Amino acid sequence: MAQHQVNYTNGGLPVALTTVDKLVNWGRTNSLWVLTYGLACCAIEMMASGASRYDFDRFGVIFRASPRQSDVMIVAGTLTKKHAEFIRRLYDQMAEPKWVISMGSCANTGGMFNTYATVQGVDRVIPVDIYLPGCAPRPETLQYAVMLLQKKIRKRTIFQKQKPKRLV
Amino acid sequence: MRPYKDRKNLQKKAYYTDRFWVAPRVPRESIEKDEVFSKDFESLTKECPIKEAYLEVGQMVLIIDPKDNLKVLKHLKEKLGYEILSELSAIDYLAQDGEFEIFYQLLSLQKRKRIRVKCRIKEGEAIESVNSLFRSADWSEREMYDMFGIEVNNHPYLKRLLMPDDWVGHPLLKTYPLHGDEAAQWYEVDKIFGKEYREIIGPEQRDAAFVDPNDTCNFARIKHEVPRCADPNSEPEKIEVFNDDAPLVETFDLKKSKIVEDRTR
Repeated sequence: MAQHQVNYTNGGLPVALTTVDKLVNWGRTNSLWVLTYGLACCAIEMMASGASRYDFDRFGVIFRASPRQSDVMIVAGTLTKKHAEFIRRLYDQMAEPKWVISMGSCANTGGMFNTYATVQGVDRVIPVDIYLPGCAPRPETLQYAVMLLQKKIRKRTIFQKQKPKRLV
Repeated sequence: MRPYKDRKNLQKKAYYTDRFWVAPRVPRESIEKDEVFSKDFESLTKECPIKEAYLEVGQMVLIIDPKDNLKVLKHLKEKLGYEILSELSAIDYLAQDGEFEIFYQLLSLQKRKRIRVKCRIKEGEAIESVNSLFRSADWSEREMYDMFGIEVNNHPYLKRLLMPDDWVGHPLLKTYPLHGDEAAQWYEVDKIFGKEYREIIGPEQRDAAFVDPNDTCNFARIKHEVPRCADPNSEPEKIEVFNDDAPLVETFDLKKSKIVEDRTR
C-alpha cells in the first residue's frame, strides 16, 4: 500500500516563504489583462500574438473588451485626433495600477502620417510605459514588450502609489 | 533566374527624371463616335441645356449649369437608366478660377456605360442635394461639405462625416496646410486637457529626424552615455554589460570593434 502521508514534523513542512511584494507582483505580472485596442494594422499583429502560434495566454495576457477589467492598454495603430478623446476616456476608466504599451511607429510618433488628422504620438494624450518600435512590430516584439513590462512591474513595491507620469 | 542587370554602370541608369514634365492631356473626342452616348445626349438636350459634352477614355463627360444638376441626374436615372451614383465629390480650383468643380460619376449596368456630370460653383454658393435620387449621395455630400465646406441644400442631415464636429476648417482645400492650422495642431490637447495645458505638453514634434541632444531621458548620447535623465554634460556612465538578461547574446566590446571614421564609405 502506497504511503500518502506527508511527514510534517521532520523538515517536510510544505511552507514557502516570500515577501508580500514578490507575491503580489508575481500575481500582477502573470495576469496582465489587456484592453483590446486595435486601431490599425498593428492590431493584426496583436491578434496574431494572441492566437495559438504565439499564445499570449501562457503569459497570462488575456484580451478583455472592457477597460474596467484590464490592467494594460496596448495602443496598436494610428490614433486620429477625432479618437484621442475616447482613448483618454478609456484610459481614465481603467483601474489602478495600469500600464500602457504604445505599439508601432504610428502610436509612438504618428509614424508616416505626418498630417493634420493624426495625433503625433499617443504620449501627447496618455502616459506611456513602453514604446514598441516597428511598422508593424512582429508578435515576438510584442511578446518582448510584455516581458519588459513584467520586469518593470516586478521592480515596484506594492504599497508604492503609482507615480503621476510626465503627462498631467 | 533573374536576368542580369549591370547595377554598377551608372551610365545605364535612368536616374534622371524631368521635374517639369507635364503629363499629356487625355484626348477628347466627339460624342458622335459612340452610338449610345449620342442617343443619350440627344434625349438629354431636349430636357435641359448642356454647356459642353465630349468623350474621354470611353466615358461621356457632361458640363452643366449647377442649377440643373437635379434635373439632369433625374433624367439620366429615370429615363436613360444610369441608376448608380458611384462617386460624388468636388475639386478645389479656387486658386485658378475661384470656383469649385463638382462631379457626379454615374454608371448604367444595362448599357455598361459610365457618365461623368460636372458643374462649377463659386465659393460660398450652395448646390442642390441629389439625395432624393441616389441614396449614396447622402454620405458623399456630407463628405464634400466636410472636406470643402460646400453647403448642400435640402440635405436631410448635413453634418461633418470624417472630421469631428467641432473641427475648424475644411481639410481638402488647397489653402489648408498639410500639418493643420493652429486649431488642428492643438486639437486633442484643447479638447482633453484644455488650452492652459498647451505649454505643459508642448507643440507637436513633426520632424522625424530630430533628436534632442540634451534629452537624456529618452535618448542615449552615443559614446557619451550619461545616467538616465541626468545633466547631459555630466560624467559619462561606464557601461560594462549591455545585455545582462540575454545570456546567449554576446556582449558588445568597444575595443574589439572598429569604428569607421569616414562616414561616406
